[in-house]
Amino acid sequence: MNMTQEDLTITDPKMKAHGVNVFYGEKQAINDVSIDVGTDLVTAFIGPSGCGKSTFLRSLNRMNDTVASAKVTGRIELDGEDIYAPSMDVVQLRARVGMVFQKPNPFPKSIYDNVGYGPRIHGLAPNKADLDVIVERALVRAGLWDEVKDRLQESGTALSGGQQQRLCIARAIAVDPEVILMDEPCSALDPIATAKIEELIHELRGKYAIVIVTHNMQQAARVSQRTAFFHLGTLVEYGKTTDIFTNPRQERTKDYITGRYG
Amino acid sequence: MTFNAAALLLLIAGLALIGWLAGRARSNLLAGRAGAKLHSRPQYHGWYVALWLFAPAALFLAVWASVSPALITNQVLTTEAAENLPEFGFERGAILSDARNVAQGRQADVRLPAAAPLVKPYADASHQYAWIGIAAMLALALAGGLYAFTRIRPDFRARSRVEKIVMMLLLLASLVAILTTFGIVLSLLFESIRFFRLVSPAELLFGTHWAPTSGAPQPDTFGGIPLFWGTVLIGAVIAMIVAIPIGMMTAVYLTQYAAPAVRKWVKPCLEILAGVPTVVYGYFAALTVAPALREFAVMLGIPNASTESALAAGIVMGVMIIPFVSSMADDSINAVPQAMRDGSLALGATPNETIRQVLIPAALPGVMGGILLAVSRAIGETMIVVMAAGLSANMTANPFASVTTVTAQIVKLLTGDQEFDSAKTLAAFALGLVLFIVTLLLNIAALRIVKKYREAYE
Repeated sequence: MNMTQEDLTITDPKMKAHGVNVFYGEKQAINDVSIDVGTDLVTAFIGPSGCGKSTFLRSLNRMNDTVASAKVTGRIELDGEDIYAPSMDVVQLRARVGMVFQKPNPFPKSIYDNVGYGPRIHGLAPNKADLDVIVERALVRAGLWDEVKDRLQESGTALSGGQQQRLCIARAIAVDPEVILMDEPCSALDPIATAKIEELIHELRGKYAIVIVTHNMQQAARVSQRTAFFHLGTLVEYGKTTDIFTNPRQERTKDYITGRYG
Repeated sequence: MTFNAAALLLLIAGLALIGWLAGRARSNLLAGRAGAKLHSRPQYHGWYVALWLFAPAALFLAVWASVSPALITNQVLTTEAAENLPEFGFERGAILSDARNVAQGRQADVRLPAAAPLVKPYADASHQYAWIGIAAMLALALAGGLYAFTRIRPDFRARSRVEKIVMMLLLLASLVAILTTFGIVLSLLFESIRFFRLVSPAELLFGTHWAPTSGAPQPDTFGGIPLFWGTVLIGAVIAMIVAIPIGMMTAVYLTQYAAPAVRKWVKPCLEILAGVPTVVYGYFAALTVAPALREFAVMLGIPNASTESALAAGIVMGVMIIPFVSSMADDSINAVPQAMRDGSLALGATPNETIRQVLIPAALPGVMGGILLAVSRAIGETMIVVMAAGLSANMTANPFASVTTVTAQIVKLLTGDQEFDSAKTLAAFALGLVLFIVTLLLNIAALRIVKKYREAYE
């Protein structure tokens, strides 16, 4: 790692990872990764399939806990607090660090209940009127309100793929998180739906710290200000997106972004 | 000379073996002579000949074995000796079968004097038809074998032909179960129709008094409502109150919480529970659960507490059904995509909230299908209710009282000395038909629900 201090022009990191290793049983999926995620920035993780970028993303809100064989070592902080400390309430952590998945996964409930699910379980809405406000605000922010405001009681699974993914983003926004992790959110969508999601990411920037894993390098270039390139479980290079794409320091990064392998 | 199907089957099997060897040898020979490469290996030519030789002849044998006794009897009836036979009924049948047994060497002498003159015509006819059958069968076998044998050529595609014949045989095998079921339903239907000539369907379905007696049917004694009520009370109410919550909780624990090692042990144990013979559950219900419940009821001062209680049978039946419900629920919960669970957990829901609010609602249609199947099994269950629920047809909602079920009554109606054509015996078939239709409808509904639900996640 030849990263020098001026590469990381992040003065106010929302999340800090230091020396993180992730194991699945005997196999090591992530090897000594250190990275800071900026509060007002969109951070993209890129790299070939199996490079560990999704695994690392899932360790940022402890979703790896659901895999019995997974083990995380090292230190990951959210606002300076160790998220793997025994005192950390994982349920609260995931409310603060939301996640959007590769395939849209709305619950088989109404649109309203999909968005209202999080606020209900966290007790954010003492009564129906409050919940109405939260649901509307989340759907507006996710850019879905105008399309669904007249059919909030219809099933969320009846929406199109792109709408479903924005519903999932609305669902994450509804619990008022500080960080939103997106795991290849557009890989199951067509180009038009993808463009809408990218637009949405632009609009959400500054309100939430956003980390997005993507296979699509153009997408990373379009939506992010920081890019991290992963390869074979290690972080090869991390810096400003413009630098990574125009002037990579590492040979491997250059090979990847010029399409030599991947 | 009588017609011995087993020996004949052996004979054509022997011929088929010869056919196999001949076919194989011929294909080798032809290939060698023409200097050509065989399309199929020699064994396939052998099999082709053997199957053509064996299958038509065996099929004919099966048909002939079931048809020829009737043909023989018909021929006997056309002779002069048969003119003095009684017109109809049991006596006529007895005389004919007596003569047949003597003629075919199954008994030494006639038991009924009237059968004596029929022995010789029977022997003649048997002899004649046996020869016809054997000759036809051999002709078929040889014709089939020759047909196949002459088609052998180096480029003959015996391999794909054998494939087709084997497929036909497999199809026939799979039809056996379906046709048998169909036959059972038909026989049930015909006996039921005989019953409904004596007693109206409306009385059976809507009557409230059940006290069948032998002899001519008395009015208002074949009312099935008390039986249906008992069946529903035990199978669909009490058993399900036990089985649904426990089965669901078992499934949730096994799919969501249990460590793989625990799951590895608990699941087979549940499957063993499903394999316990129901008569063992019956003992348990009658000897352990029922007396305990009665004492409990007496202690509480409940009137009519019986040692044969609906509650005892229902609880034990519920326990029997638990593995059934839990394995269906297990499948349904597992079929809910992992993404759904992750989505809920990633919003900061606890596993418990995820199960209650996302997994179970998503799995509900599948679980409902499983419950319907379980109900249909419970209402068809017999041994436990025969042993523990009693036979008195009471209409009561008191679970400590004795009630009876459709299956228990069927057993009661068919056991003991009964004339076969009395209303009392035939009632068993009508009850069986009702039970069959109800379980059939439940199963169809359940399978439709399960199928629809499966499609939703694919």
